Amino acid sequence: MGGTSKDGAPVIEAQGLSKSFGEQRALHEVSFSARRGELLGVIGPNGAGKTTLLSILAGIREPDSGSLSVPGQIGWVPQLAGLYRRLTVVENLRLFAHLERVADVDAAIERMLDQTRLGERRDDRIGTLSGGNQQRVNIAIGLLAEPAVLLLDEPSTGLDPRQRERLWEFVLDLAGSGTTVIYSTHHLLEAERYGNRLLVLADGEAVFDGTSDQLHDAVGGSERDFEAAFVRYLRERGH
Amino acid sequence: MGWLLLKDLQILRRSPLVVGLLIAYPVVLGVLIGFALSGDGSKPRVAFLNLVPDTEQFQIGGEDEGIDRGIARDELCSRVECVDVESRSEAERKVEDGDVIAALILPDDLLDELESLASLNPRQPTVEVLVNEDDPVKASLVDDRISALVTEANLILSRRISDEAATYLDLLIEGGVFDLPLIGEFDVLGLERSNAILSAVRSQLPTGSAGREALDRVIRFGRLAGENLDFALPLLGAVAEPISVDKTVVAGDSSELDTFAIAVAVTVTLMFVTVLLVAGSLALEREENAFSRITRGLVGKTGLLVEKVTLGIAASVAVTLLLLAALTMLVSIDWGRAPLILLAILAGGAGFAAFGAAIGSSAKEVRASSLLAFMVSLPIAFLSLVPSGTVSGGVYDAIEVFRALFPFDPALDAMEGALEEGGPDLLVALLHTAAIVAAYGALARLALRRFA
Ligand SMILES: Nc1ncnc2c1ncn2[C@@H]1O[C@H](COP(=O)(O)OP(=O)(O)O)[C@@H](O)[C@H]1O
Ligand SMILES: [Mg+2]
Repeated sequence: MGGTSKDGAPVIEAQGLSKSFGEQRALHEVSFSARRGELLGVIGPNGAGKTTLLSILAGIREPDSGSLSVPGQIGWVPQLAGLYRRLTVVENLRLFAHLERVADVDAAIERMLDQTRLGERRDDRIGTLSGGNQQRVNIAIGLLAEPAVLLLDEPSTGLDPRQRERLWEFVLDLAGSGTTVIYSTHHLLEAERYGNRLLVLADGEAVFDGTSDQLHDAVGGSERDFEAAFVRYLRERGH
Repeated sequence: MGWLLLKDLQILRRSPLVVGLLIAYPVVLGVLIGFALSGDGSKPRVAFLNLVPDTEQFQIGGEDEGIDRGIARDELCSRVECVDVESRSEAERKVEDGDVIAALILPDDLLDELESLASLNPRQPTVEVLVNEDDPVKASLVDDRISALVTEANLILSRRISDEAATYLDLLIEGGVFDLPLIGEFDVLGLERSNAILSAVRSQLPTGSAGREALDRVIRFGRLAGENLDFALPLLGAVAEPISVDKTVVAGDSSELDTFAIAVAVTVTLMFVTVLLVAGSLALEREENAFSRITRGLVGKTGLLVEKVTLGIAASVAVTLLLLAALTMLVSIDWGRAPLILLAILAGGAGFAAFGAAIGSSAKEVRASSLLAFMVSLPIAFLSLVPSGTVSGGVYDAIEVFRALFPFDPALDAMEGALEEGGPDLLVALLHTAAIVAAYGALARLALRRFA
C-alpha cells in the first residue's frame, strides 16, 4: 500500500489504527499515508468506519491502538455543518478564527470569503443560506488556519448536482495548490470521478488502497461499471 | 473561551422570544410559588400533651366551668391536626424530628393556676408551646392558630373572672347575701349600708367631740372606697390575658415570612433561568454540530463547560438582581446586605449552572434538554419546599437526604441567609453549594466524554 501520486514524504501517516465502541468494532488495524497535494477518497458502505477514521485523524477521538503522524494544522469539516445558524457568515468565521488562534483574523476571513465566493452573503445569517452555501462556509471554517491537510466527511451530502459540481471544482483547486485533501463518501461515482486515490473501508478494515482503475482490474476488469466492480470486490473478500 | 461566551450572548440577543420566555416564565413561576406559600391553608401537625390530672375539676367562684380538657383539645384540633403524645420528651422529639411543627403542653398545675385567678392570691397560668421553625410559613401559621386559641380561652376566662370579681365588688359596695360552700349563706353589710349606719351614729355625737371627728374620717373613706371600686369594675374587663404562652424554639432557624417568600421566588427563578440556559446552550452546541469543532481545538471539553457555567452565572446575576429590584417595590429588602445577596446569587447560580451542564451534556438537542431540565427541576424544587410536619418523620428524613443532593436547597438557604440576619447559616449553604458544583461539574464532564 502507499500513495503513488505527487512527490515528497507523506504529510500524514497512520499505522494500525483500531477503535471500538464497546462491543462494536469501528476500525481495525487501518494504515495509510498521504502526500502533499494528494486527493484521497475514503469509501465504503454506511457504518464502514469512515467517520471514525476521519475524526481520529482530526484529533476528536483517541484511537484504542495504533500510531499517527499528522501536521500541526489540520482542517476539519464535519458531515453536518458545524455552524451557528443564528450568527452571520462573518461572525461564524470570526469565532472559529479566534478559537483556532489564527494570526491575522481579518485577513483570514477576507481570504475565505474570497475563496468560497461568499463575499455578498457575508452578513447573512447561516440559517438563511442554501445548503450549498452552508457547506461552503463549513469548508471555509476548516480552511481558516491554512491547514496542510483538510478532512472532509461526506462533503457532498445534501447538495444538488450543480452545487456538488462546484464543490469538487473547489476541492480540486485546493489539492492543486498543495493542500492534502482526505474526504469520505459513499457515492461511488463521485469517488471514481474525483478521487485520484481511493481507500476502501469495509467493516472497519482497509481492504483496498489504489486508483479506481486498479480496483476494476482487481476483479478482472469485466464489470460494467465501477459500482459493480466495487460490490464484487467486497463480496469476494467476504464483506 | 471569551469568544465562546461572546458568541453565546450574541445568539441570545438574536433570540429575543426565547430570552423573553426564558426570563418571564421563571419569574412568574417563582413569584407565584413564593407568594402561594404565604397563603398556605393546609393544617399543620401539632403535638398535644395534656398533663392536667383527669380527676381535677375546674371551678371559678363555686360554679363549674365549661372549659375542660375535652373542649381545649377540640378547639385546638379544629385549627391544626392534633397528634396526641404521652410525655414531654416525646413531644420534644417529635418537634425536633420535624414530625410535627409544634407541640402544645398543658402543664399539670394549669387548673390550680386558673382557679387562683378568681382568688385573692392570683397566679398567672401558663401553657407551653414548643415550635420547630424550620419552615417559617408553617411556623407562623402555627403561631397564629395557637395564639388564636389562647386568645379565645383568655376572653372566656377574663369575662368569667371579671363577672366573678364584679359580684364580689357589688357585695362589698351594696351588701347582700353571700353563699359559701360548707359554711352556708351569710349576710354581707356592704360599704353603702355601713356608711348609712355610721352617718346615723355620727349625728348622735356632740359637735366638735373627738369621736365625731374620727367617725367623719371613716365615713369619708367609706364613700371614697365605694366610688373608686365602682370605677374598678370596667377596668376588670381589661384583664385580657390571664393565660400566658411560654414559647420555646426547639429546632430550626426561622426567617420572616416575607423573606422566605422572596427567597423562594428568587431561587425558583434563578433555578429555571440558569438550568434552562446552560442545559439549552450546551445542547445547542451539539444540535448545531459545532461541538466536535470547538472541543477539538484550543477550547477543550472542560473549557466548554467552564464557559457554559460562566454564562449561567452571568445570566443568574442579571435576572436575579432585576427580580429583586422589582420585588423591592412590593416588599422590604435589606439592601445593606447587598454583598451577601450577590454572594448567594453567585453561589446559587454556580450550583444551578453545574446542574444544568450535567443535564445539557446528556441530551442531544435543545428541546430534549429543556424538557429534561423542566422535568427534573420542578419536582426537586417542590420537594425542597415540603415543610416538616406535613409528612411523617421517615418520609421527611428521606426527603431531606434527597434534597441535599440537588442545588435547590442550599441555594434557597443561601438566599434566605443572605436576605436576613436570622436566616440559615450562609457559610454552611455556600460550602454545600461548592460541593454540589464540584459533583455536577464532574458529572457533566464525564457525560461529555461520550460525545464527539
Ligand atoms: N459514538 C459511537 N458510539 C457507538 N458506536 C459508534 C459511534 N460512532 C460510530 N459507531 C459505530 O462504529 C461503526 C462505524 O461508524 P462510522 O465511522 O460512523 O461509519 P461511517 O462513517 O462509515 O458510516 C458503526 O458500526 C457505528 O455504529
Ligand atoms: Mg459517517
